[in-house]
Amino acid sequence: MSIFWNVWIIGLTLACLALVIWVLFANRKVAIKDDEEPENRTTGHVYDGIEEYDNPLPKWWFQLFVGTLVFSAIYLVWYPGLGSFPGIGGWTSENQLQREHEKARVVQEEIFGAYTQMSIEELAQDNNAMKMGVRLFANNCAVCHGADGGGNYGFPNLTDKDWLYGGTPEKIKETLLHGRAGNMPPWGAIIGEANVLAVTEYVLAMSGREYDKAQLEQGGKVFKQNCAACHGADGTGNQLLGAPNLVDNIWLYDGTREGIAQSVRNGRANVMPAQKDMLQEEKNPPVGSLRLQSVARSLNPEWPPFWWPLFQRVR
Amino acid sequence: MSNDTAASALPPPVYNYQVVRQFSIMTIVWGVVGMAVGVLLAAQLMWPEINDFWQPYSHFGRLRPLHTNAVIFAFGGCALFATSYFVVQRTCQAPLFGGFLIPFTFWGWQAVIVAAAITLPMGYTSSKEYAELEWPIDIAITLVWVAYAIVFFGTMVKRRTSHIYVANWFFGAFIITVAVLHVVNSAAVPVHLLKSYSAYAGTADAMIQWWYGHNAVGFFLTAGFLGIMYYFVPKQAERPVYSYQLSIVHFWALISVYVWAGGHHLHYSALPDWAQSLGMVMSLILLAPSWGGMINGMMTLSGAWHKLRTDPTLRFLVVSLSFYGMSTFEGPMMSIKTVNALSHNTDWTIGHVHAGALGWVAMISIGAIYHLLPVLTGQKTMWSVRLINAHFWLATIGTVLYIASMWVNGILQGLMWRAFNTDGTLTYSFVESVEASYPGYFVRFLGGAFFLTGMLLMAYNAYRTVNSEQAIEPEKAAQPQLA
Repeated sequence: MSIFWNVWIIGLTLACLALVIWVLFANRKVAIKDDEEPENRTTGHVYDGIEEYDNPLPKWWFQLFVGTLVFSAIYLVWYPGLGSFPGIGGWTSENQLQREHEKARVVQEEIFGAYTQMSIEELAQDNNAMKMGVRLFANNCAVCHGADGGGNYGFPNLTDKDWLYGGTPEKIKETLLHGRAGNMPPWGAIIGEANVLAVTEYVLAMSGREYDKAQLEQGGKVFKQNCAACHGADGTGNQLLGAPNLVDNIWLYDGTREGIAQSVRNGRANVMPAQKDMLQEEKNPPVGSLRLQSVARSLNPEWPPFWWPLFQRVR
Repeated sequence: MSNDTAASALPPPVYNYQVVRQFSIMTIVWGVVGMAVGVLLAAQLMWPEINDFWQPYSHFGRLRPLHTNAVIFAFGGCALFATSYFVVQRTCQAPLFGGFLIPFTFWGWQAVIVAAAITLPMGYTSSKEYAELEWPIDIAITLVWVAYAIVFFGTMVKRRTSHIYVANWFFGAFIITVAVLHVVNSAAVPVHLLKSYSAYAGTADAMIQWWYGHNAVGFFLTAGFLGIMYYFVPKQAERPVYSYQLSIVHFWALISVYVWAGGHHLHYSALPDWAQSLGMVMSLILLAPSWGGMINGMMTLSGAWHKLRTDPTLRFLVVSLSFYGMSTFEGPMMSIKTVNALSHNTDWTIGHVHAGALGWVAMISIGAIYHLLPVLTGQKTMWSVRLINAHFWLATIGTVLYIASMWVNGILQGLMWRAFNTDGTLTYSFVESVEASYPGYFVRFLGGAFFLTGMLLMAYNAYRTVNSEQAIEPEKAAQPQLA
C-alpha cells in the first residue's frame, strides 16, 4: 500500500471516529434543570404541531455507545484495520487458514496412520475405511456421478460393471488420481452424412437393437475402415484408449438412433478431472493414497457385497 | 422560538397534496405487486416445479431481482416520495417547489418501475445486486433523482420556519447519499442499449457494489424511513419527540458511520483484511446510532401508550420501531467475523433483511399511509379501522413467521455446512441441507402469504376511503382547515 493510500485510509478512519466522539460528547449535557416539569422542557420549536423535548441522552445508551467505541479502538490496535498497520496481534486471514489446515492435518494423519500400510484388498474388509470412502464419494464424486453412483448423461454409471478404462482397483485408482480425457473425433465431414447414418444402423445391430437391414452392409464397411481401430473389429471397445464397448447396449450418451448418429457425426469430448490434488496424494502421500484406495474400493463391483449397502446409506 | 411561533401564526399555505396522493396510492399498488412476487418466489423455493411455468420469464433467477426492486424502489420509493413531499411541506410551511418537476418525479419514477418490471424478467441485468437495471434506466433514475432533490431542497429553502425539522435532515441525507451511491456504483461501459460492463473490476467492483448495497439499506431503507418515523410517530401519538439532543447525536453518527459498513458483506473474501476489519468495526459502532432512532420514537409514546389500545395505525408505527431495533441489533452482531462465518450465505441473512424490510420498512410505511390517506381526502379516519387492525395482526404474524423460520433455517444451514468428519470430509452434502430447510421454506411462504393478505386488505380499505362519498379532492383537502 502506497504512503498516500495509507494516510488516506488512516486519516479518514480516525477523522470519522473523532467526529462521532465529538458529536457524542458535545451533546452530552442539556441546559435544562431537572426540577422543571417535562411539559416545559421543549426546545421551543414547533413544526406542524410537533414539539421536541430537550431531554438528555439516555445514560445506558450513552454508555453503550462509548462501549462500542472502546471495543473498536482495541480491535483496531490488535487486528489489521488502519491501512497497512498489521495490528499487534499478528492476525491475518491467511495465517488463520494455515493454522486450521495444520490442525486438521495432524488429526487426519493420526486417523489414517493405521491404514497406510494396508493394501486395497485389506482395506476392503475394513468397515471404517469403507465408511470414509463413501463420505469421500459423497463430497467429491456424487456431484457428477450421482449420490447412488448411477451416473448421468455424459457421466458414467459406476454400478453397472461396464468400465471405460478398466475396473481393477489399480485402474480405478489411476482414473481417480490422474483423471481421464475421452475423445472421439467427429466423423461427419470425413465419411459423409450417408455413411454416418449407415454406420449408425450397424452399431444398432451390434448392440442387438432394431436396425435397417438395407444399410447393414455399407455400415459394416464404414465401421471396419474407421471405427474398428479404437472400438475393435467386434465393437467390444478398448479400455487402454477408453473406447466404449458398443455391443453391451450401455450408453454414456444418448443411445437412441439420433443420439448415436450425433456421436458419430460430431464426435464426443469428455473429461474426468484429476483428483490427486483434491485428495492430497502428492502433498501427503500416505493419507492421500489411503483415501484413494478407500474410494476405489467402495466403487469396485468386483468385491460385492460391501459397497452396495454403503451406497444405499448415501442415498 | 420566537420565529417559529410567529410563522405558525400566519395562515398556512395551500400545500400540494396531488403528488402526495398519487405516490401514496402507488405505494399500495407496488406493495401488493412486489410482495405477490415475493410470495411466488417463496413458493418456487418450496415447490421448484413452479419454476417451469412460462419459462424463462418466471424463473427464480429473473424474478428475484424483480421482487427486490419492486419492494425496495417501487413500494419503499413511492412511500418515501409521498411522505417526504408531505412532511417537507407541512414542517417547512411551504408548498412544494419545482413546478413541472413535481409531476415529473411521479411519472418518471413510475416509468422507471415499469421499465424494471419489463427488462428484469426478460433477462436484462447488470448483475449488481439491488442495482440490476441496465444503464439507460440508470440514467433515467438519475434524472428523476436530481428533480427530486431540486423539489425537496427547493421547498426547504423556501421554508417559513427558522429551523429545519429532524425528519427533513434524514430525508435530505437520504436523497443526497442515494444520489452519490447510485451514480458511483452504476458507472458502466455500455456495449449496446441493454448491455453494459461495470466500470470497476474484481475486488474493487465487489467493494463498491457492497458499499452501495449496504447503504441502499442504510440510507434508502433506514435514513429515509427514520424521516417518516420522526413525523408520523409524534403526529399520530400527539406527543412531543422525546429528545432533540438524541436526534442530533444519532443523526450525525448514523450518517457518518453507515457508509463505512459495507465491507462486512465481504468477510473472508479476497477483500484485504484491513477493509474487512473496518467494515466490522464500523458496523458495531453503528449499533448505538441506529438504536437512537428507536429510542426517540418509542419514548415519544411515553404518556400515550394507552392510545395503542384503540389506534391500530399507531400500533403499526410502534411495532415497526421494535422490529427496527431488533434488526439493527442483529446486523452489527452478524457483522462480527466469527458470527458471519456461520451466518453468511444462509437463510439467516434473508431473515435479517426481512426483519428490516417487513417489520420496519413496510410497517412504518403502512402506518404512515394509513395516517396520510384520510388527511389527503379530508376525512377523519380510513374507511374501516377494523380492517387496519386485521391488517396489523396479519402483518405482525406474517413477519414473525418469516423471520423465525429463517433464523432456524439459517443456523441449521450454517451448522450443517461447516460440520466436518474427523477424516476431513463434510458430514452433510449440500442437498441434505436443502432437504432440511423445507419446513422453514414452508413457514416462510406462509408468513409471506399472511403479509400479502394484509396488503390486499389495505388496498381494499384504501379504495373505499378514496372513493367514499365524504372524500374530497386533494386541492380542497390542502386548503387551510379553519378549526
